[in-house]
Amino acid sequence: MAVAGNVAHIFKREFRVYFISPIAYIVIAIFLVLTGWFFFSTFFLYAQAELRNFFSLLPIIFSFIVPAVTMRLFSEEYNVGSYEILVTLPVTYRDIIAGKFFAAVAFVAIMMVPTLCYAVSVAFLGELDWGPVFGGYLGAVLLGASFSAVGIFASALTRNQIIAFIIGMIICFALTIIDKLLFFLPETMLGFFQYIGADYHFENISKGILDSRDILYFFSLIFIALYAAHLTIQEKS
Amino acid sequence: MIELSDLTKYYGELCALDHINLTIEKGKILGLLGPNGAGKTTALRIITGYLRPTSGTVTAKGLSIDRDALAIKRMIGYLPESAPLYHDMLVYDYLHYVADIRDLGDNGKNQRIRELVDICGLRGVMHRSINELSKGYKQRVGLAHAMMSDPEILILDEPTSGLDPNQIVEIRGIIKKIGSEKTVILSTHILSEVEATCDRVVIINRGKIVADGSTLDLKKESQSEYSLNISLRGGEVDAVRGALSLVEGVSEVQQTGSEDGARSFKLLCHTSEDIREQVYRKIKEQDWVLLEFSQEMKSFEKIFRELTRE
Repeated sequence: MAVAGNVAHIFKREFRVYFISPIAYIVIAIFLVLTGWFFFSTFFLYAQAELRNFFSLLPIIFSFIVPAVTMRLFSEEYNVGSYEILVTLPVTYRDIIAGKFFAAVAFVAIMMVPTLCYAVSVAFLGELDWGPVFGGYLGAVLLGASFSAVGIFASALTRNQIIAFIIGMIICFALTIIDKLLFFLPETMLGFFQYIGADYHFENISKGILDSRDILYFFSLIFIALYAAHLTIQEKS
Repeated sequence: MIELSDLTKYYGELCALDHINLTIEKGKILGLLGPNGAGKTTALRIITGYLRPTSGTVTAKGLSIDRDALAIKRMIGYLPESAPLYHDMLVYDYLHYVADIRDLGDNGKNQRIRELVDICGLRGVMHRSINELSKGYKQRVGLAHAMMSDPEILILDEPTSGLDPNQIVEIRGIIKKIGSEKTVILSTHILSEVEATCDRVVIINRGKIVADGSTLDLKKESQSEYSLNISLRGGEVDAVRGALSLVEGVSEVQQTGSEDGARSFKLLCHTSEDIREQVYRKIKEQDWVLLEFSQEMKSFEKIFRELTRE
């Protein structure tokens, strides 16, 4: 079983280390510039006081940004050799994965905090319906957490951070666009492929609809990816 | 205390450990000696739970590494080769992190860290980032990390590798001090280190144990082969050779030098008996002047080379 204390210690360390390196700030800056630019460049054209178009950007942007955030979590440890020290401390694989996972999710959440000012700005411009905004941020956290889990799995596979990033990005990207490609897929499988598309579920939540199927999807994705990471590091021993 | 039973580890096709059986008792310093690639690090990594064996078992105090890994890890303090610590942390933060994971509690933590700073000599570097430290200091931080929970078993993989002679002496001093109370396993390929620090030596070569015993015992075992160094005046080389080769047990007489009319010889003796008296009598018979007479035990280095030759 994961010992809660250990998870907290590992989480604290990883989270702090994120903000020591300048990479964190660069990534956050890139994220904010991209989302801000794409959202506001068409905002006045739509002339709607809503953040729908902001949230719809997130799946694609997260597909790149989140694997970049998680790529170092295992890969760097393999490289430096500190992984050997970590594993031989009285912690379980579950502690390690959980601690790193929560650190990544916390980072993604912090990365989104500045975007709250978009919501505030829009609220000044018109009648903002806060329901979908709340749903959108909830969905964004779930989406960020799911992609973090995938990114952690990718990082656990290799000591090369770039490869970890690429693998993570490919998987996240595939999950995002799969329901856009339904046109090309056999008819009998349509329902299945639509169901595994992250964007499909995210869209629902970002409309403010909390459907248990969507929440279940994200939690399943998190569980599967973290379990895969667990198997990976077990195999490495 | 620690028992390795039929321990085998394959990396793909390569056999790193070949059915190793070893019992490690409490309270001694054990040296794992072997050439590079012999399997020392692999063995230590399996004991500490970093790697899983292909077959065989490791038990510590009755607990098995595959079922009770967590309990065993609590008993062990491990310093891997080259002290691979987190580069991006300050020494202070790092020690606190390890103390937290070792469940030391706030009060215990501060006190223990203070003690370790004294023992390992880290006073001046607590505020420095680990990647700024020299190798010697990194090793000391690693040692502090390994000793944080005052573990019963301390496992050190090449603890003095890459250190300068002063640092080596310091680290050895620390190890000897700890070793007087705890069980220490250290691996090395430096012979003098084993002779200087360890109570017991296990020599590993290509995944197998080729020798096991206290350093004194291993030397005694080689008593069936030793050399006598003598220096004579008055005898011609051939005459000396002829006469001394007759002594039973002397297998070869080599001339090793000559100066000021005196010639020195090395007698290779292949016998477990002490034949110094016979050699002396032979020399006396010939009325040569004996200037030097000493016995040379087979050096540890020779034993090692023979056991680990390709």
